[in-house]
Amino acid sequence: MHSFGYRANALLTFAVTILALMCAMASFSDNLNHPSPSSSVQVLNVNWFQKQPNGNDEVSLTLNISADLQSLFTWNTKQVFVFLAAEYETSKNSLNQISLWDGIIASKEHAKFWTHTSNKYRFIDQGSNLRGKEFNLTLHWHVMPKTGKMFADKLVMSGYRLPKEYR
Amino acid sequence: MDWQGQKLAEQLMQILLLAFAAVSFGTGYVLGSFQMMMLIYAGGVVLTTLVTVPNWPFFNRHPLKWLDPSEAEKHPKPQQQQAQAVSSKKKPAKK
Repeated sequence: MHSFGYRANALLTFAVTILALMCAMASFSDNLNHPSPSSSVQVLNVNWFQKQPNGNDEVSLTLNISADLQSLFTWNTKQVFVFLAAEYETSKNSLNQISLWDGIIASKEHAKFWTHTSNKYRFIDQGSNLRGKEFNLTLHWHVMPKTGKMFADKLVMSGYRLPKEYR
Repeated sequence: MDWQGQKLAEQLMQILLLAFAAVSFGTGYVLGSFQMMMLIYAGGVVLTTLVTVPNWPFFNRHPLKWLDPSEAEKHPKPQQQQAQAVSSKKKPAKK
């Protein structure tokens, strides 16, 4: 501690080390949060349902997605990335997951929302398996922190079925 | 700074930084504001720098007592013995 430079260096190093510790503690505090999110999705309309020239089925849906994800937010949350995936089984794949819609929620105030929209991304099958297909709509979310560990979870909503014939 | 001052500076730095870290984390957690934690901590780092890094007078309250020059002359340093090195050079024989 005999010179200005020596003390300044010691202080800065110690300060940054303590900062790293505080960030670790802040990330750990996220584990103390027990969220209780809720969501529901209605398929308002099957807009069209066709077999593409390449042989793959495609369907266009109008959805009403509503959710309350406010309990996911902590003091250490930067944003929540949320997406809705259609999940179903075929003889070729035991699990097909297709993202239909996604969004970024930047603050707790915007985390209780509903949106009336057609699917943002195309719902195309690998093959021609969608007629009369039963599928789940699963809401996935990633809680992205300001510092530290990211938490991801999902909510499965089942009981959706596609029409038996093309429209 | 003298020795006591250096020790004081080091201790003050460590205690101040830890204290500000605790206060800032607690305040940020209770208020639910990450930004508040960072602001308080940054302020604390600046304050600690101002208190411990410059050579303030209160760090020099126990100055080293150097020996008075007139007293030093009465006790001269012992002379070092000159080493008498006898070096013999051998010229390499020409072939």
